Amino acid sequence: MQVSMTVNGQQRTDEVEPRMLLAHHLRDNLGLTATNIGCDSTSCGACTVIVDGLSVKSCTVLALQVEGGEVTTLEGLAGEDGELHPVQAAFQSEHGLQCGFCTSGMVMASVGVLAANPSPTDREVREGLEGNLCRCTGYHNIVRAVLKAAEAGPVAGQVPQRSQEVSA
Amino acid sequence: MIPSPFDYVRVTSVDEAVAALAEHGEDAKILAGGHSLLPIMKLRLAIPSVLIDISGITDLNYVRVDGDQVAIGAGTRHHDLENSDVAKAEVPLLPHVASRVGDPQVRHRGTLGGTVAHCDPASDLPTALLALGADVVLAGPEGRRTLPITEFFLGFFETAMEEGEMIVELRVPRTGDAGWAYEKFTRRENDWPIVSAAVAHLPGGGVGVAMANMGGVVLRAPAVEAALAEGKSIAEAAALAAEGTSPSSDMHADAEYRSHLARLLVRRALTVAAGEAAPSTAESTAAA
Repeated sequence: MQVSMTVNGQQRTDEVEPRMLLAHHLRDNLGLTATNIGCDSTSCGACTVIVDGLSVKSCTVLALQVEGGEVTTLEGLAGEDGELHPVQAAFQSEHGLQCGFCTSGMVMASVGVLAANPSPTDREVREGLEGNLCRCTGYHNIVRAVLKAAEAGPVAGQVPQRSQEVSA
Repeated sequence: MIPSPFDYVRVTSVDEAVAALAEHGEDAKILAGGHSLLPIMKLRLAIPSVLIDISGITDLNYVRVDGDQVAIGAGTRHHDLENSDVAKAEVPLLPHVASRVGDPQVRHRGTLGGTVAHCDPASDLPTALLALGADVVLAGPEGRRTLPITEFFLGFFETAMEEGEMIVELRVPRTGDAGWAYEKFTRRENDWPIVSAAVAHLPGGGVGVAMANMGGVVLRAPAVEAALAEGKSIAEAAALAAEGTSPSSDMHADAEYRSHLARLLVRRALTVAAGEAAPSTAESTAAA
């Protein structure tokens, strides 16, 4: 079946099998491999992306369920000039990662946390990230990074609005 | 893990969904948020041949006052219920329990109708709906019918929904600021409850008490409710919480421990609902 969605500001229409998961569509059809698949069972959050302004686990969403929707992956977070998103910058400056496998999902979930609550407490960050696991247990610096990103203001909870490119 | 192949049908109204269910028969399943259905399809525990996606039905996502009840569309996502001002004012137990389901990403997708149709014995919102004595509104080929939720949950992943029917609405009493509580015991905050207890002081008098994971299906605690109605103390009533239940034993807890948790959590929930204690926090629950 055909599915159309806006991914990182770009309108995409592709042919997918109904059973294709959004995570696989992003990775295999669109080549956006920043989105990792960890547990593949809605537990670890590594595959978190933003769909229509809300964080979701893309291993548990069919590509077809996002028909007409707007998806932002980690690739779409930095500005068009390459400037890091405040959450990305804070993960870098606070070293909010160890092996890095969970980082893409952590960053996207953190944008979701800050969208819902632009100035969270330490506890609220931890609760907001309860759906994301870091098996290196690097949580302290991750929480520190989210709190640092919040200092940038509401922009830390927003995904960039890109100029609409229309694919040929 | 990738689900077995299936055909996908998108509908935009309840009538279209019911017609699609009639056309495709018993191998068709309704897809809403997909957060119960897709995981079991990935494990091949469910192999439907057709999925009917109802997320495009815009008038299934609402929380509104209707007479002496609050009506909630079956497509209402946990996130929307959690943040509904109407729900917070009229039936605060429900948005609180919605906030305790899974994690934010799960709550952004999962729906109230979906969790009720799935009928997992360890699910949070069905436990709250049971304590509230909710009504389930079904649409099917013969039109609509309403069932008390006590007659809807039949057994282990088994409901009274007939072939060709779908849930369109849940209706609960307007409890306003009457007492309520939800006490949930988990190993990690975003897990399914090992046992949980929901308590709601109901408008007609009486207290609804329900428990998750004390058997094959979410359960009312009739012995506790009767004891309270007879004027027994909270401690006396809560001691009866495990009566008539047959909880399972698994890697998290054996049946005896679950029975202990039921008595403990029901007592705590009744005490909190009576305004005599603060709700448990993650830290104080872990000390159980």
